Order: sequence, then structure tokens, then C-alpha cells
Amino acid sequence: MTQTQLVAPAPQELVRRHVTPGASLMAILHAIQDDVGYVPPAVVAPLAEALSLSRAEVHGVITYYHHFRSEPPARVTVQLCRAEACRSMGTEALAQHIEAHTGCQFDNGHQTETELESVYCLGQCALSPSMMINGELYAKVTPQKFERLYAAACEKAGAKANSEETA
Amino acid sequence: MTRIYVPCDSAALALGADEVASAIAAEAAKRGADVQLVRNGSRGLLWLEPLVEVETAEGRIGYSNVDADEIGALFDAGLLSGGAHEKNVGVVDELPYLKKQQRLTFARIGITDPLSTDDYVANGGIEGLRRALETNGDAACEALIESGLRGRGGAAFPAGIKWRTVRGALADQKYIVCNADEGDSGTFSDRLVMESDPYVLIEGMIIAGIVTGATKGYIYVRSEYPHSITTLNRAIDRAREAGWLGASVLGSAHAFELEVAKGAGAYVCGEETALLESLEGKRGIVRAKPPVPALVGLFGKPTVINNVITLATVPIIFAKGAAFYRDFGMGRSRGTLPFQLAGNVKHGGLVELAFGVTLRELIYEYGGGTASGRPARAVQVGGPLGTYLPESQWDIPLDYEAYAAVGAVVGHGGLVIHDDTSNLADLAQYAMHFCALESCGKCTPCRIGSTRGVEVIEKIRAGDTSPKQITLLRDLCDTMVSGSLCAMGGMTPYPVLSALEHFPEDFGLSKAPSQKAA
Repeated sequence: MTQTQLVAPAPQELVRRHVTPGASLMAILHAIQDDVGYVPPAVVAPLAEALSLSRAEVHGVITYYHHFRSEPPARVTVQLCRAEACRSMGTEALAQHIEAHTGCQFDNGHQTETELESVYCLGQCALSPSMMINGELYAKVTPQKFERLYAAACEKAGAKANSEETA
Repeated sequence: MTRIYVPCDSAALALGADEVASAIAAEAAKRGADVQLVRNGSRGLLWLEPLVEVETAEGRIGYSNVDADEIGALFDAGLLSGGAHEKNVGVVDELPYLKKQQRLTFARIGITDPLSTDDYVANGGIEGLRRALETNGDAACEALIESGLRGRGGAAFPAGIKWRTVRGALADQKYIVCNADEGDSGTFSDRLVMESDPYVLIEGMIIAGIVTGATKGYIYVRSEYPHSITTLNRAIDRAREAGWLGASVLGSAHAFELEVAKGAGAYVCGEETALLESLEGKRGIVRAKPPVPALVGLFGKPTVINNVITLATVPIIFAKGAAFYRDFGMGRSRGTLPFQLAGNVKHGGLVELAFGVTLRELIYEYGGGTASGRPARAVQVGGPLGTYLPESQWDIPLDYEAYAAVGAVVGHGGLVIHDDTSNLADLAQYAMHFCALESCGKCTPCRIGSTRGVEVIEKIRAGDTSPKQITLLRDLCDTMVSGSLCAMGGMTPYPVLSALEHFPEDFGLSKAPSQKAA
């Protein structure tokens, strides 16, 4: 946390940059997250003040929606669809393979440079299983295809492809 | 010059369509071939993606599942003239999967460049809007009622009645809201419209605005659909340049503005009142009804809130008349529904047909059976809140009332097929788990019932199959159905109970129908 707060712009700067007249809180939160990768908790108070909302209201919105995150993302984020259509095509077995291959667990934050996240439907239900790696969409994913895509994503992001703790 | 089509829909992109397009451009440049590359929408024949098409004298010839690595070989085989190759599927329009369909809402899909306003107009676009501008608003509502169009998001409420209510409401501001929070597994028809023919949705929303007196529209798109959001934003800009949006729609006295709002990964925001809360920038908590959104909707103002397919079907109804649309379908289910073949199916994709077709026809005549090659066992119709239908129910015509009669729902026409390796007890437990994850938390049966549901099903699956547990599960489901504020808690029991009813052996119970009495 402390390490990343050094890199993220000051909360006041984020508010200045993204609070535009007429924009809804949701739109502003999206803009902040698109900008710095997450919604820093320190932004809640100045944001509430700028929008004449209570801090509870702002905090409530951030924590209600799965998409908003209060911590910086890992270098490599794997989002695997775990919904019905993908289940019918073996996404659960694929999930086990991914956990074994990366040494990470789904929906358990990130202790390493990789984070595994369950999502529910990416709209590719005729081409299951589907996933996103760092926002890039892939369909008809097999264990072999995952390993290839993951290695490429790690290389691109300059991340270690194993479960070793980062310094 | 040869025109080559490579889809830009996210399904094609997820299988490498961008790489294919670059490879074609590079190969053509290398060989000095005069090629015009068009990024069209997807035809909806998703199992063939990336489906590259080449314009020839005989029509557009398709090459299926094209990989960027084989572009050189395809050029060698005469790609530019539709040459023979194992991936050549022939003239795409002649493929039975496509030819047998009744594409009304999806008439243009995959044929045009999704962002070309010229393509849109040349293929019948804006005709409906012109008619709507010439028609009196009351008559327009009556026409929509006469067409029989019902809400395609799942609730199947007559669209014309909703519009008439909003039209009749007195307010200084009214809104048109498009529900594009397509969160149900097994559905992708909304996504296809947004990415492959966005103007048809925009046109439908403008018509809704003109008819009801609303001047502002929002399209609420889920954050899991970044490609849809990008395409819609570009299309809105171009529609504005074309004079379709703005202070004077097509030079008329009507104003209409449109904006995309991005969701943030909350499934329950597909429920209309939760969506409105979210659009107002708040937590997506379900509102109690009444008042209905048609009277007290977005920011407390009268609001038409319709699903993507409902709004995207409006233009053809206005262009061709209510009777044209009404003459498709059966009973009180008029028109067509874009069925979505998904999950374990060989030929997954979009099949738009009139109501009345059966699951068996869809699975075998279109879907070609399962992808795994194993026997199909259960089909979930209508998303995560829909029932699992066993083979004995696959001959029921897909019609809202016929499905309701057996306790099932047609919903938005998404079908998820499962083969004989599926475990319905696992899927039932997953349904409760998903409800627990996504419940907005406002009402107790949904918030707590779903967690208790996971626990009870876990116990049953662990071997406690005593009548007491089964009764407990049924009672819990009864409470959720009767006591929940919206469909999230109110319909989660549908997949659970249908799994228990039709596949008791997966729960460790005997197949005898005795459970029903318990």
C-alpha cells in the first residue's frame, strides 16, 4: 500500500482531474480507476466533499461494485469466466489447472505479481471457456492455450510467471 | 479490387481476428494485390469465427476459423477469387444455418461495417425513424401494441403499453434508458447488436424518444463489454454528425441526445430499478414497485426502460408495419426471438427465428448437437435464473405461455446446453452461490436465503438425503420465490428446483417421483 501511494497522484489531484460538472459518481470512479488502476482509499474524503456526498455514500458505491478496486492491481490479472456456459465446457477444470500453473488462488487478492479473478460472463458463451488477461479477451481457452497466453502476458508486463514472493 | 471482410466483433477478436486482418493486409501488400479490407460485424455463426469473407461474383465466400499463420497458404489457394481450400465454407448466405433463419432484428448483422452510416442507410436503416416522424405519437404506441412486441430482456411486458404510459405522463423531462447490462450466462445477442449493428439500437431509442416525448437517452452497458462501449460511443458520434441525434432529429422539431453509461460488475443491475439507481451514481439496490419506472423512473422522471433487443426491434416494426412483425410467431408470442446457442454445443451462435420453434430443433438442426460429441442432457433456457429442461421437455414450442405452463421461462432466449457429464446438483448449488454473490442485499429471502441454500445443497450432496433436508430446500425456495423483491431471489429457485425435480439422481436421490410429495 505505502509503496504504491508514493506513485499514485495525490488524492486532491485525482479529484481535480476527474470531477467534471454533471458526471455521476460512478463515472468519476471509472475515470479514476482507468487513470491509476484502482480507487485509492485516500480519495474517498475529498471526493465526497467535492460531490456533497457523505464519505459513507462514496465508500458504499466503491465497495458495492465488483469492478472497483481499492488496491492496485497485480501486473498480470487473469479473469476467468465461471458462469454456466463456461462451466458446461470445463471451466472448473481449467480453473484448477490455472491455479496449479500459477501457484495462485482465485479471488484471493494478490500476494505475487499475478492475480486470479472469477468473473461471471464475458458474453462469449458460444465459444467457452473465455477469459481476459490484462483486459485482452480470449475464447475457446484450453490449458495449453492459457499457458501460452499467460507466458506472453507476463513477458509483456515484465512480471514473473511463477508464485515467488515479490520483494 | 477485391473486398475482404474480417469481423471486428469481440467474439472474432477473442479468436485473433485483428491478427488475421493485419496478416491479410501484409500479404496483399507483399503480393501487390488490390485489396479493400472491411471490418464487418459478426454474422452470428460464432463457431466459424474468425470468418473471413471474400466478395466474388457468386456472392460472399467464407473461410472459417482462419488463423493468421495460414494467410499465405490461403492466398496461394486463391483466396481473392474464392478459391478451394479446406476452410472454404462456400457462399455464406447459402449456409443452411443462416438461410433457414428469419432475421428481422438482425437483418444487417455481419453484412455491414457496424460504424458505416452509409451501409446502415443502404440496408434499410433509418426507414423506421422516418415513418415514426410522420406518425402521431398515440398512433405509434397503438402500432407497437398491435405488433405484439414484448420486452425481450426476459419479463416479456408489452413494449407498446410501457411507451403509452410514458407518453401519457406529464413531466418536464422524460428519459429513454436502454438496459444493456447483459449479465446472463448464455446470452450475447445484446452484445452482437451493440458491436455489429449499433445504429439499429440508436434508431430504436430515437424513435422511443420521439413517440414518448423524451429528449435524453442512456445506454447502460456492463463493464465486462469494453468493445461494445467503444463501438457505441463511436456510433453515437457519427449518428450526431449524420443529424440523427441532436437538437433537430433529421431536421424535425424533435431533439434527442444519447449517452453511454458504464456499469461496474454488479449482476443485479440488470434488474431495471437497480439499473436506474446505478445510473444515478448510487449503489445498485433494487427499488420497490410501484411506482413503476414508466411514471417514476430515472431521477424520479417518467422513463422508458427497455432491453437492447426490444429497442433494436422497434425500427423494423415502424419500417415494415405492425402487421408484418405480428405475422411471425405463435399465440401471444409475436415476432421473432434471437435464440443464442451456447455452452456445450457444436455450432454455437445466434439463431433468430419466430416463436414456436422447439429446443430439439435448435439443438440438433442448428446446433449440431454437443461440442463434446456426448449426448446432450439438460438445457438451461433464459439465463442463470431459468429452469433446466430435461429431454422430455425439448419438444415444447418456445412460446412465453407454453413455457410458463411447465414452470419454465423463455427469457431472452439464451440456451446453455450441458452434456451427460454434467452434475445438476453442482449447478443447483452454483445457482444459489451466484445469488449469494450478487444479491443486492435489500430483501432477506434473497440475501440470506441464497447462503442457506448453498449450505442445504452442500449437506444433501454430502449424503444427507433425508426427507427433512429436501423439505427444507423446498421450503427455502418457496420463501425466496414468494418473498423476494425482484427476480434475483425470486427466480434463483427455478434452476434449483428444476434440477432437483428432473435430475434427482445427481443429488443422491432415487429417480422415483416421490420427492414431489415431500
